[in-house]
Amino acid sequence: MIPTLFALGLIFAQLSLLAFGGGNTILPEMQRQVVEVHHWMSAQDFGALFALAQAAPGPNMMVVPLVGWHVAGWEGLLVASLAKFGPSSVLTGLCLHAWERFRDRPWRRVVQAGLVPMTVGLVTASAALITRSTAHDAVLAGIVALSAAVMLATRLHPLAVLGAGAVIGLSGIGQI
Amino acid sequence: MPALANPAAETDLRQAPTTAELFTGFLVLGLTGFGGVLPMARRMIVERRGWLTGPEFTDLLGLCQFLPGGNIINLSVALGLRFRGAAGALAALVGLIAAPTVIVIGLGVLYDRFHDDPYIRHLFAGLAAAASGLLIAMAAKIAWPLRRRPVGIVVAALFFAAIAVLRLPLLPTLVVLAPLSVLATWWSERRTAP
Repeated sequence: MIPTLFALGLIFAQLSLLAFGGGNTILPEMQRQVVEVHHWMSAQDFGALFALAQAAPGPNMMVVPLVGWHVAGWEGLLVASLAKFGPSSVLTGLCLHAWERFRDRPWRRVVQAGLVPMTVGLVTASAALITRSTAHDAVLAGIVALSAAVMLATRLHPLAVLGAGAVIGLSGIGQI
Repeated sequence: MPALANPAAETDLRQAPTTAELFTGFLVLGLTGFGGVLPMARRMIVERRGWLTGPEFTDLLGLCQFLPGGNIINLSVALGLRFRGAAGALAALVGLIAAPTVIVIGLGVLYDRFHDDPYIRHLFAGLAAAASGLLIAMAAKIAWPLRRRPVGIVVAALFFAAIAVLRLPLLPTLVVLAPLSVLATWWSERRTAP
């Protein structure tokens, strides 16, 4: 148990400080660690936990306490949350005063604009990997494509899209 | 965001929130924000509670987007710290994630208990597929501004290949490719600028 908690803490503390461009950029590394390196769950389970976190309100990193809880119960939840939200928060606190000095420097704008292609690449990688672990048959692949198209073309609430996907899934069409 | 009609009136509304107000403010935000808390956050902090002016909010958000971690998570910490020190930061952060954590664990309990049931398994498979669709839509939205920037597209493709195809670890990938991303963007913008 203790080695598992230690590993959880180490993984999420590292992810905390690497999450440039928001939470979705670190999903591939999170999946790689919990599925491929530690074998705590299957890629399919990881996709399901991500979906549950999307269905809940709040910041988009709620998959973190869920993964911690799934791997090691309440202690896992606590360790994963502290490790994920602690280090980046301390860094924010430390930078709050320095920000007054560097926000108008030209390099600040250069760095921020320069990280945009990185964020695009990482979020696209997240989307590809999560899709690969969820689109197991033609109907599920259809739900993926339809949800993406609806989100891009309409102003429908994301919860409505998730609900529609769940209902189509429940009908069991095309699934084994 | 459009410019505010009357910034002076907004400044008059401003008052430092207490630790308890920071907690409840972010608690409500955590419960009401679906698929992106940012628009809700601005409404609460600037328009409804008047803790910051519009420009102050934009400036603080700039810091939070610059640093690693979720924008809203960082924003709760920065705001709490600014008004009530470490206790305020903790109150705002815990307020923000408390309710979503309880809800997400509740859903996790349901998933663990029922995912062997074929109906529930189908339901979660459909839900997960729809969630993938949402993520694809988000990727498309943030990729759209790069469409006329070939250098940016190449850098994004390098990150995609490293992470999604080669499955390389994130840390070494960032150490090598993040400076490349910044330098390549800087170089290509300097070249196109007069």
